[in-house]
Amino acid sequence: MLEITGLRKVYEGRGRVVEALRGIDLTVERGELVCVVGPSGCGKTTLLKCVAGLLAPTAGQVRLAGRVVDGPPPGMAVVFQEYGRSLFPWLTVSQNVELPLREKRVPGPRRTALVQQALAAVGLADAGSAHPWQLSGGMQQRVAIARAVAYEPQVLLMDEPFAAVDAQTRADLEDLLLGLWHRLGITTMLVTHDIDEAVYLARRVVVLSAAPTVVQEDLHVDLPHDRDQIITRSDPRFAELRAHVYGHIRAAKTDPGRPPAGTMKA
Amino acid sequence: MSRAARLMLGALRVLGLPVLLVAGWWAWSVWRPSFYVPSPQRIAAVFGDVWLTARLGDDVLPSLVRLLAGYVLAALLGVALGTAIGLSGRLRAATEPALEFFRAIPPPVLVPLIMLVAGLDTAMKVLVIASGAIWPVLLNTIEGVRAVDEVLSDTARVYGLRGPARLRRLVLPAASPQIMAGLRQALSIAIILMVIAEMFASTSGIGHTVVLFQRQFQIPEMWSGIVLLGLVGFLLSLAFRALERRVLHWHWHQRETHA
Repeated sequence: MLEITGLRKVYEGRGRVVEALRGIDLTVERGELVCVVGPSGCGKTTLLKCVAGLLAPTAGQVRLAGRVVDGPPPGMAVVFQEYGRSLFPWLTVSQNVELPLREKRVPGPRRTALVQQALAAVGLADAGSAHPWQLSGGMQQRVAIARAVAYEPQVLLMDEPFAAVDAQTRADLEDLLLGLWHRLGITTMLVTHDIDEAVYLARRVVVLSAAPTVVQEDLHVDLPHDRDQIITRSDPRFAELRAHVYGHIRAAKTDPGRPPAGTMKA
Repeated sequence: MSRAARLMLGALRVLGLPVLLVAGWWAWSVWRPSFYVPSPQRIAAVFGDVWLTARLGDDVLPSLVRLLAGYVLAALLGVALGTAIGLSGRLRAATEPALEFFRAIPPPVLVPLIMLVAGLDTAMKVLVIASGAIWPVLLNTIEGVRAVDEVLSDTARVYGLRGPARLRRLVLPAASPQIMAGLRQALSIAIILMVIAEMFASTSGIGHTVVLFQRQFQIPEMWSGIVLLGLVGFLLSLAFRALERRVLHWHWHQRETHA
């Protein structure tokens, strides 16, 4: 569904050249939920922006359903970390969810139905006429998720979507995402700095090295299919996987490109 | 506090100072009668006769039409050019020095020039008003359009907002607080320039009439013209605030919630 090959991104400016991504190769299959983790400053957001077509790669390419991405492709939705800045404050919640559907020329009645379904799915069926700034942070991020879901995307990209909300809200939103993913089977790529979150959510965790970034580890998460905040997180296997990922990230920080010494085999 | 008492207190707060000022003026005119500073009741007495008779159609209305035409022209041009310049970094770099220069020229000094080019009729006055009022609109629009939030802009791109849709649904609403700030400044500049343009060379208008009264030593009548201009400015500002409340309600509320 999503193929990233040899993706390289170099920022140049004012005599400074920064190689953010050296060469990323990554494939996400249809219906997969992949989490990308890496040490801070490793270019996670750059990777996501290149995949979303918001940044042009220096070399390599991204293909969505076989077509090269050279701008934001139709059929791709993105949820950003900064929920407060990604909703249109002059529109109501419903209008925010509806706006992309209008641009997609979805007919009126179908649009209304999609908006209502999406808001109901994130537990905001009654908040449609409110403005985003009247809602809490967690609710605002739900609106952003509803907007993405209503868009009926082939691929959903999420950039640290739960990093800016409190712990309880975060757990709720994680389960909300898992529920939606189970129900709709949207191919999802989620970037996070939180190892626990990555292991909890994903079927596959991709670990990036420090910049200049390459894929350091591609880990299959063999936890039971149905995740639960308490049961899954107290599973010994969860602790093993998280330690494994953590070891890779710590190694990446100190000595990029080298496999970590002393980490257990996953 | 009862409803009536609250209303009284509100009225006192709004009208208190104006009433006090007029009373002080009146007291002064009784204590030190002067030919040049007539009492408020004399001005009030001539006000109706001067402005609400033939002059309403001959002077007041033409003034207001010029004001409106000049202001609307400045607003449309300012927003259109400002949006174009704000969206294009290259255009901005090319126009910035010229804009800084033109902005620094005090608009009244353009009156003699525009008189030469456009003659003495209504078009001249409209041009004078527009040429001065455009700057705050233009510069604020440029800033507002430039400052569209990056995440919001990315969001709009991801969801396929392009071209006119992007302009209408993202850029202009996002810039609207600054555009409105520019329009507010432009309103007072437009009134000032309307009066100045009419004082220079005109056969009608409020500014023309005030000068005429001054030359004929009709002092209370002259003062009534000043009061009228004050009232016009005040009412326009009220109307503007009502418009602002409609357009920017989200902005005020958002600021309250985040304050």
